[in-house]
Amino acid sequence: MNKHGKGNLKDNFAAIGWTMKKFFGFYPVLAPLSVFCILFSAVVSAIPALFIQRVLAVIEKWYLSGDWAAAKAELMPLIFLLIGLYTLSIISLTVESQLMAYMTQGFLDKMRREMFNGMQDLPIRYFDSHKTGDIMSFYTNDIDTMRQLVSGSFPALIRSISVVLAVLAIMLYFSVWMTLVLLVGVAAMFYVTKFIGGGSAKYFVEAQKATGAMEGFAQEMMEGQKVVKVFCHEEQSLEDFDRVNDQLRDVAFRANAYASTLGPIIANIGNILYVGLALAGGVFILAGIPNLSFSGKIFDITVLIPFLNMSRQFTGNVNQLSQQINSVVMAGAGAQRVLTLVNEAPEADNGYVTLVNVTEDEDGTLHETAEHTGHWAWRHPHTDGSGITYTPLRGDVRMVEVDFAYDPEKPVLHDVSVYAEPGQKVAFVGATGAGKTTITNLINRFYDIADGKIRYDGINVNKIKKKDLRQSLGIVLQETNLFTGTVMDNIRYGRLEATDEECIRAAKLAGADDFITRLPQGYETELHNNGANLSQGQRQLIAIARAAVADPPVMILDEATSSIDTRTEAIVQRGMDKLMEGRTVFVIAHRLSTVMNSDVIMVLDHGRIIERGSHEKLIADKGTYYQLYTGAFELE
Amino acid sequence: MIKTFIKCIREYKAPTIFTLLFMVGEVFIEVLIPFFTADLVNDIKAGALMSEVVRLGLILVGMAIVSLCCGAGGGYFGSKASTGFARNVRRDVFERIQRFSFENIDKFSTASLVTRLTTDISNVQMAFMMTIRMAVRSPLMFIFSIIMAYRMGGSLATTFVVVIPVLIVGLLAIAKHAMPAFRAVFRKYDRMNESIEENVRGMRVVKSFAREGFEKQKFATASDNIRKDFTKAERIVALNSPLMTLCMNFNMVFVLLVGAKLIVESRGQVIDVGQISAMLTYGMQILMSLMMISMIYVMMTMSMEAMKRLTEVLNEKPSLSNPESPVMEVKDGSVDFDGVSFKYVKDARESALANIDLHIRSGMTVGILGGTGSGKTTLVQLIPRLYDVTEGSVKVGGVDVRDYDIETLRSAVSMVLQKNVLFSGTIKENLHWGNPTATDEELIEACRLAQADDFIRSFPDGYDTHIEQGGTNVSGGQKQRLCIARALLKKPKILILDDSTSAVDTRTDALIRAGFKTYIPETTKIIIAQRVASVEDADLILVMDGGTIADAGTHDELIKRSPIYREVYEQQTKGGDSDE
Repeated sequence: MNKHGKGNLKDNFAAIGWTMKKFFGFYPVLAPLSVFCILFSAVVSAIPALFIQRVLAVIEKWYLSGDWAAAKAELMPLIFLLIGLYTLSIISLTVESQLMAYMTQGFLDKMRREMFNGMQDLPIRYFDSHKTGDIMSFYTNDIDTMRQLVSGSFPALIRSISVVLAVLAIMLYFSVWMTLVLLVGVAAMFYVTKFIGGGSAKYFVEAQKATGAMEGFAQEMMEGQKVVKVFCHEEQSLEDFDRVNDQLRDVAFRANAYASTLGPIIANIGNILYVGLALAGGVFILAGIPNLSFSGKIFDITVLIPFLNMSRQFTGNVNQLSQQINSVVMAGAGAQRVLTLVNEAPEADNGYVTLVNVTEDEDGTLHETAEHTGHWAWRHPHTDGSGITYTPLRGDVRMVEVDFAYDPEKPVLHDVSVYAEPGQKVAFVGATGAGKTTITNLINRFYDIADGKIRYDGINVNKIKKKDLRQSLGIVLQETNLFTGTVMDNIRYGRLEATDEECIRAAKLAGADDFITRLPQGYETELHNNGANLSQGQRQLIAIARAAVADPPVMILDEATSSIDTRTEAIVQRGMDKLMEGRTVFVIAHRLSTVMNSDVIMVLDHGRIIERGSHEKLIADKGTYYQLYTGAFELE
Repeated sequence: MIKTFIKCIREYKAPTIFTLLFMVGEVFIEVLIPFFTADLVNDIKAGALMSEVVRLGLILVGMAIVSLCCGAGGGYFGSKASTGFARNVRRDVFERIQRFSFENIDKFSTASLVTRLTTDISNVQMAFMMTIRMAVRSPLMFIFSIIMAYRMGGSLATTFVVVIPVLIVGLLAIAKHAMPAFRAVFRKYDRMNESIEENVRGMRVVKSFAREGFEKQKFATASDNIRKDFTKAERIVALNSPLMTLCMNFNMVFVLLVGAKLIVESRGQVIDVGQISAMLTYGMQILMSLMMISMIYVMMTMSMEAMKRLTEVLNEKPSLSNPESPVMEVKDGSVDFDGVSFKYVKDARESALANIDLHIRSGMTVGILGGTGSGKTTLVQLIPRLYDVTEGSVKVGGVDVRDYDIETLRSAVSMVLQKNVLFSGTIKENLHWGNPTATDEELIEACRLAQADDFIRSFPDGYDTHIEQGGTNVSGGQKQRLCIARALLKKPKILILDDSTSAVDTRTDALIRAGFKTYIPETTKIIIAQRVASVEDADLILVMDGGTIADAGTHDELIKRSPIYREVYEQQTKGGDSDE
């Protein structure tokens, strides 16, 4: 699970490579086109050096005579050529920057979707072992480092490197000796960059960790703020905060200090280099040392000036390169984390039995139809080639000798057998951690069993496509999750094609209609933040309505009414009874009053069913259930 | 608003001022360097004496070293000042939140407070750093460079008359169009992240309804929407670099052409080749500083939103404060409500509590029953003054709660909240919240009373067992018992349990209550419960309905008198009766 470390350099580069491959994969034409544009404008920006040299040569030639007209005649073609090149370069720059803006956002959109879509298909186990905050940082921090890489560092690197190479070529064209002088200076710059930039990258990674620590602490305290108040723990909590806060300040200071001194240092090494070059050039000219160059030009003032300008350009771009180190390192780390999410194995589904609408003949044979008939059947294409059979959906669930463990070391369920016939109400009772919820999680295959069999209408659940299996099961969980949108949208989540009337009918059935109609906008009231403006009980009622609208043959109610007070529960009970009518229902409840009228009650202890039977039978047996039941009265 | 933040600089005033000074120094030298280089170049061209060339060279190297020191110093102190400033802002925000009352807390969601502490503050930090490093540097650079350019280049400097207005107008236009576009899309972006979070939290719901496809589609639409808006905004900003290049190119062509003309016509008298190169440098510096100014402008406006959100917290007045001369001792555990009405929001139409009169003697056990929204929690929250009454008064130990020192009051009134929280750390550390100086014996005693000792001992690490954030590694019932133990450690005069044993099985629940009776008889116990069994044996049972006390009395009285009570009782015990 803990892949969130820094990762080594190789993984880092691999992740960057992966990011770039994605980028080019998304835009196989536009991305190379923009690279070409960057190259072109970069080279053009290096070219003026050549022109300056020519212009100065013209000046040198004519300035003693002061004949501007003659000079002008020689100059104008050069100037026009320069203007022409500049125009082209601005066009390519415009094209490139517009393309980059377009592609960057497109890239982010595609990445986000790939991550999100992949995430939807991950098994529940993944969400058990990853905190929401950690998952969120994929979508915020990590993807942001990738944005930085694609839209900032990548073009900047190409541009800087190509300018440096172009300038270097022109320098060699002018003078090899002078170029060597320059390279000595550049070597110094690289050394400084490596030293300072390395430190800065290291501390930036640390600063991110410190930010995470501060955020984690703040999050925890804010969530428990009311407890802090009740215990007058404010001073203590502020003291603790000071500690993480100071820690963050210290590493952030180091990271920033390295990063922001690097620029001026490189720039001024550039200045010193400039003077050094001027002096060296002066010595060359004054001492008349023979020039070595690819152009065969002699070294004079017309070469020296463009050379000096080029050294500026050169150091400027080296500086640009050095500034990218941090973002490249961070992007590598970010991309690596995103990669772990994208590479996470999706929930396996080898099911091939699907749920289809059917019509029934007089003689009872089933015919598949595309229409919504309200009659469902399992479409079972047999692997032995005996054709397709249709089994009506009835809601018969049987678990036979099921063993299960979340972690192979610690078995959770032993030898659990449960038979639920269509329309029966089966209850699970037992202490927290006895395995009640686990059983229901196996029926809908959030987890796969280690041993034993689960059959649904006689079909092994492993053969049923998960989507179809889950659609036939309605689940109401203790922890209610509502989504941003109207109350109506939330109820309709159970069955997307349900009409408003159907949703309202479901709400009435769940006993939710009463309070919903009293909300300011009734069914159109917007819910935010998991329905923060509703009480826990009201949220549960909406969740029940949501399951009701789905109209599944099997329902699982996992502490579904735990936050509804018993009086309201009694009121909604009639609706609940109606809701359960004709369905197979699994109920998990703490309150025994909720489960008493079940057809069969399973008492679980440490993953084993220790008692089973109706309420009357279990009371008569005077076993654990009886003790649980009477426990409340025992001490009075 | 800015003032609030300037106050946060505090002990980092010196680094801030140093940064400004270093930046001024750097600018000063940076504009002088091209001036001297021009001389150097001209000297070399004129074939001046080597000694003269070296002299100028040394001056320049000296300048570069000073500039390096200034630049690095500016970077160093700028980092010191900005990270320190950010630390102070974070501390102020956090401290303010600590002083919040429940009413204030209700106003802000956890997520929004955390965003303020992280993203918003880091934006403000960036803006601060930019401001102290660049806000002085860039305008100075701009002015100095123009002065130097005119002094040196004379009419060559007319190029700036063309270039500067073009750039300014261009940059302004870009900023003006881009900013609202960005602001709008940022808000959308936040909403998209919220919906991702919602999806992650609700993954079990998504999967159990097999809504993966629906969620994907929903997300695709939202994400694509954001792509479109972002692209629009970024494409406007992307015009920056062609505009800048256009100006620089114009400058280059102009200086080359006009410079050549000037030199040739004046035969090197007015200016010389050295000046051409210097003019190109100045041109670059002028345009760059304009670019920087526009960037600062954009950053400042962007961080304005962040600042606004932060000042919302910083200027939020804690709605409760200590009285002038507070009472520092709580005499006993008696509680009196006299004509109490309460509204969560001042101008709410309906009161959460209306006309409550209630008198509880010290040492009594009081049970409270009632439906969702009947006002049970609201009622008890007034006792430790988590909220202030709207009308009437609440007295503890015969003294109005508003006259107590808040800490004194809350130490005497221990409340186990309905939505309770354990913090990451060991069990022991969590228990110490109740009393930091409690001995191990006291911890164990409290845990025995809360029926927590047994299961704590069953953990391999016992009392040193690490509790995960939010207490996810203990069961709901265990968590509740730990919270009760923590509250008991305060040795309170009044103990309030707000539905705090709902996840505890009935037998343990009964054991806890029996323990209370035996071991802390002088403590007033107020118990909110769903189960009748949890309150049945109380000295006084309140039945709440719609913000009022519908009935009050003992179990036997209420069974006879209160239809609501009878209904609840029968509902919960009906099976039991028939079997007896």
